[in-house]
Amino acid sequence: MTPVGVDIRNVALSFGATQVLKDITVSIEPGEFFALLGPSGSGKSTLLRLIAGFNQHSHGSVTIGGRDVTGTPPWKRNVGMVFQNYALWPHMTVEKNVAFGLEERKLPRDEIRRKVAAALELVGLSEYGKRRPGQLSGGQQQRVAIARTLAIEPQVLLLDEPLSNLDAKLRVQTRQELVKLQRRLGITTIFVTHDQEEALTTCHRIAVMDQGIIQQVGSPMDLFDHPANRFVAQFVGSVNLFAGAFRREGGRLRFASDALGEVALPEGLEPPAGVDLAFRPHAVRLSGAGSQAPEGSLGLQGTVEGAEFLGEFLRYEIRVGRAVVTADVMHERGRAPLAAGENVALAVPAAELRFVSA
Amino acid sequence: MTRASPALAAVALAIGLLLVVFLVVPVTAVVYTAFADGQGGFTLAHFAAFAEISLMRESFANSLYVAGFTVVFATIVAVPLAYLTVRFQFRGAVLIQTLGVLPLVMPAFVGASAMQLLFGRSGSLNLILKDAFGFTLPLMEGLNGVIFVETLHYFPFILLNLSAALANIDSSMEESAQNLGSSGWRLFSRIVFPLALPGYVAGASLVFIKVFDDLGTPLVLNVTNMLAPQAYLRVTSIGIEDPVGYVICVILVLFSIAAMAGSWWFVKRRDYAVVSRGGAMAPRRKLTAWQTFLAYGWIGAVLLLVLSPHLGILLLSFSKVWSFTVFPEQFTTAHYATVFEDSTRMIWNTFLYCGLAAFVDVIIGTAIAYIVLRTTLPGRQILDHLVTVALAMPGVVLGIGYLRTFKGIEIPFGGGALTASWLIFVIAYAVRRLPYALRSCVAALQQVHPSLEEAAENLGASRWRVIRRVVVPLMAGGILAGFVTSFITAAVEISETILLTSRESLAPMSYGIYLYMQSIAGRGPGAALGVIAVVLVAVGTYLSHRFVAANAPQNQSTGAKP
Repeated sequence: MTPVGVDIRNVALSFGATQVLKDITVSIEPGEFFALLGPSGSGKSTLLRLIAGFNQHSHGSVTIGGRDVTGTPPWKRNVGMVFQNYALWPHMTVEKNVAFGLEERKLPRDEIRRKVAAALELVGLSEYGKRRPGQLSGGQQQRVAIARTLAIEPQVLLLDEPLSNLDAKLRVQTRQELVKLQRRLGITTIFVTHDQEEALTTCHRIAVMDQGIIQQVGSPMDLFDHPANRFVAQFVGSVNLFAGAFRREGGRLRFASDALGEVALPEGLEPPAGVDLAFRPHAVRLSGAGSQAPEGSLGLQGTVEGAEFLGEFLRYEIRVGRAVVTADVMHERGRAPLAAGENVALAVPAAELRFVSA
Repeated sequence: MTRASPALAAVALAIGLLLVVFLVVPVTAVVYTAFADGQGGFTLAHFAAFAEISLMRESFANSLYVAGFTVVFATIVAVPLAYLTVRFQFRGAVLIQTLGVLPLVMPAFVGASAMQLLFGRSGSLNLILKDAFGFTLPLMEGLNGVIFVETLHYFPFILLNLSAALANIDSSMEESAQNLGSSGWRLFSRIVFPLALPGYVAGASLVFIKVFDDLGTPLVLNVTNMLAPQAYLRVTSIGIEDPVGYVICVILVLFSIAAMAGSWWFVKRRDYAVVSRGGAMAPRRKLTAWQTFLAYGWIGAVLLLVLSPHLGILLLSFSKVWSFTVFPEQFTTAHYATVFEDSTRMIWNTFLYCGLAAFVDVIIGTAIAYIVLRTTLPGRQILDHLVTVALAMPGVVLGIGYLRTFKGIEIPFGGGALTASWLIFVIAYAVRRLPYALRSCVAALQQVHPSLEEAAENLGASRWRVIRRVVVPLMAGGILAGFVTSFITAAVEISETILLTSRESLAPMSYGIYLYMQSIAGRGPGAALGVIAVVLVAVGTYLSHRFVAANAPQNQSTGAKP
């Protein structure tokens, strides 16, 4: 089956007085692995359920493969959805679960048998056809749910937090299997998650949602390196963010904020109006107190307040003026961490400084 | 969980002894008699004798037929109603909830005679039909009448159980089926109904047993070729020694136990462990115009039928004469006057017997709940199981068992024969209604977090002080609800009552209604007494709901269940 695209134009949806989706426009390319990322209540699941036909939008249009599906009931959309809790029917065996959609399509019995076997083989559960869902582990149940959905050869695959009910180790493994499966089948896939790591590691592109609005659409690296606003900067990765005012003095750009006081910025920066200053914790370089920041860097002086050891790196909380700056430093074996109360110099290279609109 | 003290063990033993004497022994006596050859040996001769009497074979077949078809019709009435309330946006939900309670406040045998007048051969409906179209419907002829009355009375058991089961299905179970292309009838028959099947089976098996064991309704409708009426007639006309009556009792018990065990086994066997209420209940769908029309039509029709015995009995209680007319033509309050003149004794008896029985039930229920949930007393589950046995025992069987076991036993200090005294009613009602009180007490105690008791012990209260000052006050709502449930169900009990009433001065009002209804002249006063019983049950039901509701929010703050 040739992959199809999903086009969402100016879609709005309210539950009573609450506006859950506000003027959503997004285009998902054929064959793309696309994530809807956002905190709970952001509207991401509602948007997914709208594509599946469980919610009806009040404005705008949804087209799947060029066909407007507005008003088409869920059972006529041929859009496969894997539910967060898998929704396997306990009164049917694994085989019966997988066969269900094919039986509803009134396929010949032989063909159903063949397709069920193929779907179970695809997820590596050929031996488990006669079992009931209750006799399988969480990971196996999830694979049955995927097999059941793929068996109907849907135009689009919708995944609603598919990894959230798995334990940490299995989650990473399943995530990688999902990516492989998607690349192999080339099926257009929309993945809902609140976990930025899941979205960054699996998807071609991500739409970050908050309060019923798509805040930014872009590739994982795009979102991380060029966040469009405060929300995206804070939700995707960690960030040090300061609201303040920029002004020029003697050809040199200066930044004044309540938190940091007034600091000089490196040469050659041209911030637009009305933006905040931001940089990632891993961009901060630490050195002994009083040392000068290298040319082309933002230099600050601070005092260590605390440290968290995270294995690969140490995360320091450093008091700078009235603010606390987070700095991540790679850990090397045998190197002692900086003690609380120690004074340090911070430097952030100009290339790592971001201007983020509020 | 506390250790068992000798005092608690003594209480448990005493309760166990009571249950053995007044439940196990009478039932065993019935079963024993059915298999005893009179010389202390075992025989199947009585069963052979039973099988040789054509009336018995016919009665057996009729009982199965009536119970089976009642389940079928009750299903037809209840399933659409349950599905409508749980799955659709629908203003009629309150109406349906009312439908679920209304029939239960009207004992089937009370409504039966009113149904005769409305749907019988010369009843209102057939008079209208005959006038307008020249034909009549044999709705109340023989077994049809029993099925009709029992269906209207018992369909709420299926409605309530099925509604609860449907509400427990996670919305994603249905959505995933829709996502894979299923809708409408196929969605219902392949996914929704199978998932709710345990609830349906629980309700349907209950309906089956209740109808199979029922004595009052067939007797009031003058249908005697069924098992329970035959058991009663054999014992009262041929005598307490007639073995065929005992054979019938054994059959009733076997079917009761089989239906209960079957429903239990069915629910256990199926692996519903993964039906967790993770997400929300399925969003209610909108009805199309003609679906709305059909839905309201169905509810309207059922409501009309369900209300008909209530209206009928009310009309009857105020009518001077009601015969061969669509509605009564002259009204009077004389029947109520008659009842208050002649039957105050019976009303008083009902309050005395049922009040005492319910009181005994909540005392024993609270004690068993505490012993089972809060102590490690060895064998404590046996008490719970014994009470469950009481739930499966048909009233006819227990009644006959009492007559046989306690025949000739005198109450100490010159109280006379036990079977001829009013005490036998209290005992019989208490034993038979104990399961209801116990369920209520167990539910109440389960909501009390053990840490509340531990806190009191920590502050220096002894075991008994903790029970008196913390446990019982926190359980109060559940205990009261248990009391009311025991009381109202005992007040309209008829099977044991008919068997145990040895003289009229001892009879409670349920017997009075039954007795009045035997004669044409007595129907008016019978209906008046019936209205009083219905009002009593309705008030009781309302109070019981209030107690449970009043208790609920208070207990939410007491933490998770133990």
